[in-house]
Amino acid sequence: MCTMIAQQVNISGSGKTGTGWFKLDQLSVSYDHPFDMPLEYALNLDFTNQSGGPGRRVAVELDAASARRLVELIQGVMEQAEKGGFVGNEG
Amino acid sequence: MYTTDQYEGMLAETMVIPGYHADLIHAYFARPLGSGPFPGMVLVHHLPGWDEWYRETTRKFAAQGYVSICPNLYFREGHGTPEDVAAKVRGAGGVSDEQVLGDVGAAQEMLLALPYVSEKVGIFGTCSGGRHAYLCACRIPRFSAVVDCWGGRVVMTPQELTPKQPVAPADYTADLACPVLGIFGNDDQSPTPEQVNQLEKALKQHGKDYEFHRYDGAGHGFFYHNRPNYRQEQAVDGWNKVFTFLDRTLKGR
Repeated sequence: MCTMIAQQVNISGSGKTGTGWFKLDQLSVSYDHPFDMPLEYALNLDFTNQSGGPGRRVAVELDAASARRLVELIQGVMEQAEKGGFVGNEG
Repeated sequence: MYTTDQYEGMLAETMVIPGYHADLIHAYFARPLGSGPFPGMVLVHHLPGWDEWYRETTRKFAAQGYVSICPNLYFREGHGTPEDVAAKVRGAGGVSDEQVLGDVGAAQEMLLALPYVSEKVGIFGTCSGGRHAYLCACRIPRFSAVVDCWGGRVVMTPQELTPKQPVAPADYTADLACPVLGIFGNDDQSPTPEQVNQLEKALKQHGKDYEFHRYDGAGHGFFYHNRPNYRQEQAVDGWNKVFTFLDRTLKGR
């Protein structure tokens, strides 16, 4: 790995690819060479199911500006959801 | 130099070798046809994985007269597209240097045991493979040449060390017993020109046989024709430097 900037965290979620939905239990976030974006480095999000093999992956690659906008967006949406009393009542 | 009246034939296929801890792993193997003896090359693949570029490059070396093998260093992670497997390895912080040494050492031993391979086996790598190639050339005896193409983290600060990468490859330079060719882009950020300077300083301090080519207008991965960093002029010259170096060190020309 060129930058060695990568962190993993266990998550609970669902992801969708062309073959349908599957459970997600791990997220890897790295800043390193992307596979598809025409950039030398990108923010790479890999949502995976650890027991499903390497192909059980929802991959997203973002440039740095888009990655920062994503962080702001998520924080903004979560604040709104918390104020509205929706967080913690997911069922 | 190839001329149109020459015979050229090749065998290329996926095979299995016993790697680190005798784990059976896949390797892509390509050899020129004939009884040889031919020099050998071990190819160490890069971050994007055991991919099409490395299968093409293994055949490229075979076409140039080298019995070549590229072990799948990510074999133990499972199967899928090379990208999916490489992404899994990337998220886990890479594979350990110890494991790479085992897999590459096994590939070298296999080549040296073949009846049509000479005693000269080199090692080639790009990106993280360049780092691994340098490490392996220092730690595994009997390599006769090493080609390090833009290997980042050959020079490492103490803060950059990890349990999987506990020692900077440059720290083993005293043990390097073969010539090294380094190919670098001056716009690269890993390794930076300053890091390449540090590696060169280590090679000079230890009196090693080395040859560096540093290209303006090129960054990381400028041989990769399928990526935006491809630089045609620099890549053509770089490949010429690679094969001229290997002609000298492995074919005695």
